[in-house]
Amino acid sequence: MMLNIYEFYDKMERNNIMLSFKGDITSELLTSVLQIMESKLDTLQEEPKIKKKVYNVLVECLQNLYHHLDEVSQDQNEKIRSAIFMIGKIDNSYNIITGNYIKNTNIEGLKKRLDDINILTKEELKEYYKLVLNNGEMSLKGGGGLGMIDIARKTGQKLNFDFAPVDDKYSFFSLNIKISQ
Amino acid sequence: MEKISIEGTPKTPTITFDTAKGFLEIKGRSIPENSIEFYKPLVDWLEKYSGSPKSETSVNIQLEYFNTSSSKCILDVFKKLEAINKGGSAVTINWYYEEDDEDMLKAEEDYQAIINVPFKMVQVAE
Repeated sequence: MMLNIYEFYDKMERNNIMLSFKGDITSELLTSVLQIMESKLDTLQEEPKIKKKVYNVLVECLQNLYHHLDEVSQDQNEKIRSAIFMIGKIDNSYNIITGNYIKNTNIEGLKKRLDDINILTKEELKEYYKLVLNNGEMSLKGGGGLGMIDIARKTGQKLNFDFAPVDDKYSFFSLNIKISQ
Repeated sequence: MEKISIEGTPKTPTITFDTAKGFLEIKGRSIPENSIEFYKPLVDWLEKYSGSPKSETSVNIQLEYFNTSSSKCILDVFKKLEAINKGGSAVTINWYYEEDDEDMLKAEEDYQAIINVPFKMVQVAE
């Protein structure tokens, strides 16, 4: 198969992708990506307020991927452990897009969690966050179930997600987060 | 135990705990993937300190960023401080925030609603 790298490049260019990655998500990778993004935000001379918001939301999005992939790391299938993320800026909005495989049997639970967050108002999100913060059980790996609530709160927007069917065992979950100025 | 310190990293804060002075400071950024592991020693020191605390305990929280995983551990730290406050040491939590940092202000409100310890807001320049 001949891979047309220019086609990829052009597509990313037209979508103003600042940074993208596909592969294993490790702690070291996240450290590097966060450092790169922080200096890019500095270069773009973003206001401290927007810079902080983008950075905070990015941390949650990427660590969601990290914790999720950690859970499926037992899987023999290398492909399943891989994920993708892209960060772009269109007009005055930052977009963070993540994608990872999910077991079909886990879709219903995740979809319900996200739908439940999406129907809440700003004030309800605040109460829900406090409730989970104070009562929620933290997984051994440190995922506290707060990430998605925090992203919804900080962006002030609905979580935009999709499940694309892959085969009878897996689907591909994507999350598209927009941070407007 | 007298003075305990943990050097900061790009993902974890600098922690200084001077038990002789009743002073604790958490400063920097707290965005580790596994925050339980990072905060466990601090929670243990506070447990020890609660046995014979100073009459006043001053706590500085000066975080630039913290992730949701850390937010639970910070709550655990505050719960220990709440117990110390009840146990006879007057605890004050000084919450540093940068002007315009709404998210840090909201975070303080969240904690203040859960924890019964006086918070003092301290604004710092960006």
